[in-house]
Amino acid sequence: MPSNKPEFFETLLLKGGTVVDPSSNRNEKADIIVDGDTIRQVGTIDASSFSGKVIDCTGKTIIPGLMDMHVHLREPGEEHKETVESGLRAAMNGGFTAVCSMPNTKPAIDSLSQIELLRKLSGGMLTDLHPIAAVTKGREGKELTEMGELAAAGAVGFSDDGSPVLNSGLMRNAMEYAAMVGRCVIDHCEDPDLAGGGHMNESLQSTYAGLKAIPSISEAVQVARDVLISEYTGCPVHIAHVSTEESVRIIRNAKARKIAVTAETCPHYLVLTDEAVRTYDTNYKMNPPLRSAKDQAALIAGLKDGTIDVIASDHAPHHADDKDLEFSAAAFGIVGLETSLGIVLTELMGNHQFSLVQIIELMSANPRRITRVPAISIQQDQTASLTILDLGMKWTVDSAAFMSRSVNTPFNGRELSGGAWGVVNNHQVFVK
Amino acid sequence: MKITLTHLLGLEGVSKQDITTILDTADTFKNVLKRPIPKVPTMKGKTIVNLFFEPSTRTRFSFELAEKRLSADTVNFSASSSSVLKGETLKDTIKNIEAMRIDFVVMRHGAPGSAKYLSECVNASVINAGDGAHEHPTQGLLDMMTIREKVGRIEGLNVTIIGDIKHSRVARSNIHGLISMGAHVGVCGPATLLPRDIRELGVTVYPSLEDALADSDVINVLRIQLERQKGGQFPSLREYRTLFGITGERLQHAKKGITVLHPGPMNRGVEIDSDVADGNASVILDQVTNGLAVRMAVLYLLAGGRSKMEGDSNAQ
Ligand SMILES: [Zn+2]
Repeated sequence: MPSNKPEFFETLLLKGGTVVDPSSNRNEKADIIVDGDTIRQVGTIDASSFSGKVIDCTGKTIIPGLMDMHVHLREPGEEHKETVESGLRAAMNGGFTAVCSMPNTKPAIDSLSQIELLRKLSGGMLTDLHPIAAVTKGREGKELTEMGELAAAGAVGFSDDGSPVLNSGLMRNAMEYAAMVGRCVIDHCEDPDLAGGGHMNESLQSTYAGLKAIPSISEAVQVARDVLISEYTGCPVHIAHVSTEESVRIIRNAKARKIAVTAETCPHYLVLTDEAVRTYDTNYKMNPPLRSAKDQAALIAGLKDGTIDVIASDHAPHHADDKDLEFSAAAFGIVGLETSLGIVLTELMGNHQFSLVQIIELMSANPRRITRVPAISIQQDQTASLTILDLGMKWTVDSAAFMSRSVNTPFNGRELSGGAWGVVNNHQVFVK
Repeated sequence: MKITLTHLLGLEGVSKQDITTILDTADTFKNVLKRPIPKVPTMKGKTIVNLFFEPSTRTRFSFELAEKRLSADTVNFSASSSSVLKGETLKDTIKNIEAMRIDFVVMRHGAPGSAKYLSECVNASVINAGDGAHEHPTQGLLDMMTIREKVGRIEGLNVTIIGDIKHSRVARSNIHGLISMGAHVGVCGPATLLPRDIRELGVTVYPSLEDALADSDVINVLRIQLERQKGGQFPSLREYRTLFGITGERLQHAKKGITVLHPGPMNRGVEIDSDVADGNASVILDQVTNGLAVRMAVLYLLAGGRSKMEGDSNAQ
């Protein structure tokens, strides 16, 4: 029975792996010695003179630690769905050495004491927690939070995720103020009037299903607004969970005009479409909803040409009582931390010829750049934050083996190719 | 006669063969209903629960009467959706049904897909009596029975559904059933009340009512809900009547011999005028009679399918 706890070490030798790291231009077989939380040596190392813990990494690939910049950890307030501890363990199991938690907890993360609570709850865990704080107090869309102090205390971005910042004047102020304190606003783009209380994408599939539907433009009109505010103010904005072709097109045009917009999408949009909703299986219900094949192709093209910077899971744990319902009554969201990497490797590397370096940009380097979390480089004297991949591993998703407290995944039983084999961070190592 | 279904959740995907069997069986039951004692012992000992989460006088009355005419034991459950949270009610109710020995559940519920959800949770045969804007299969069947009875066939006919297609389960069941039976289906209504990509279902969209009426052998006029106007989806009942109301005057320019259906209840003077509803082209009262016969046929045939299945499992 494999342990679900990481092991602390003083010195660690990762022997025989292949190191791939675009920041140090490395793609070669190399051993790594880690001293506490620092890389002491990278190269060919004689194991006989080493007295610490040795892990045989033959056949494995070592890359800079992955970071998921959009997860919901539910604590405080809904600990029956997820806690900081269970969520960070799920992240570790999924190959992440860092996550950014969204502030739509109960209460919202909008004050120094809430940031302090998260810092305490995440202390000593293998996976780092970088909190994102709310844009507005209580996520009510009225008054700005104390962004300066929150940023100083560790908030790496600001978002009212779960809801958009609807008021355009307030959004302008939020972007300007956040930029002043060196952070960006992360917007959940959704026009609620266009979304109309819908439950799935508006398309032929919703015409079949008879469910209230959310048109793709409910997302894209807000993306266009954010781009315009960003252009006008010169301040950065990050678009969360992009799901539509129109949004990709708007962001691509904005980047061509050097507007400071960045964007993320999620693994489920890359492999599922709204056709799945015809089953009324509530594990296909999330917001934004699964879109059409045309949107899916646009997202993959957007990832390929750099329009979309980041893949994040939008990990959204829910209890069975919120999901085992008729579709329109069920909660939005699916867990993703423990399937994200496997899906990305299988789909983007396996089916769309992405390189591992591109995956590292999308899941490690870019999320860190956008949130101003220090970059990871596999070099001597740098921070040891490492993800160890088994690219040849064939495995089947088994939600019963998740470390998350919730199992609301549409991917249970899905066969994947490649995944996380281990992670190293904070004096700790976890291998399968 | 047998059908391949164990539940009737919708008409999407139901074969021409099964629909024809149901309509033929319904014709037989219609003759039974003309007897001095219009009752058969076919479903003696079978227990049926009628679960209505939304108010419905007509459909519920029709099902109850069909069940009584077949000598089944019936239990009625109705929940006012305001008293309890909708999601909780369905789940909790299903748990109660599971604990009883029930052969059939007839359910109306506001959530699309709720009938399928129910069918996955219980052992009984489920008949969808309307699940939100998704389907209302017995209405589609009774409409087809009525068309076949009046015109003599369904195949090759131009049948146009008029009104709020977007929010209508009647429209969806009609579209799926009629296409399966070989009819040409059209829709006509305010642009705001047509669902996305409706043409991809294989239907013709008529921008003007005049064109629709000129082409159609049959029209099925849907009830317009005032709440759609409050939701900003059309300006007024007055304008709705002006643009889409079926009046006697308009019908004079329609295709010769046109047949008019309406699933009821009607807003007389809005989507349909009394001189049409009560006139020669109307088969609206036949729809009510046929609804009873169709529901008897569906229950009878699903019971047949089930007893066959039970026989199979005993044989192993
Ligand atoms: Zn969101």
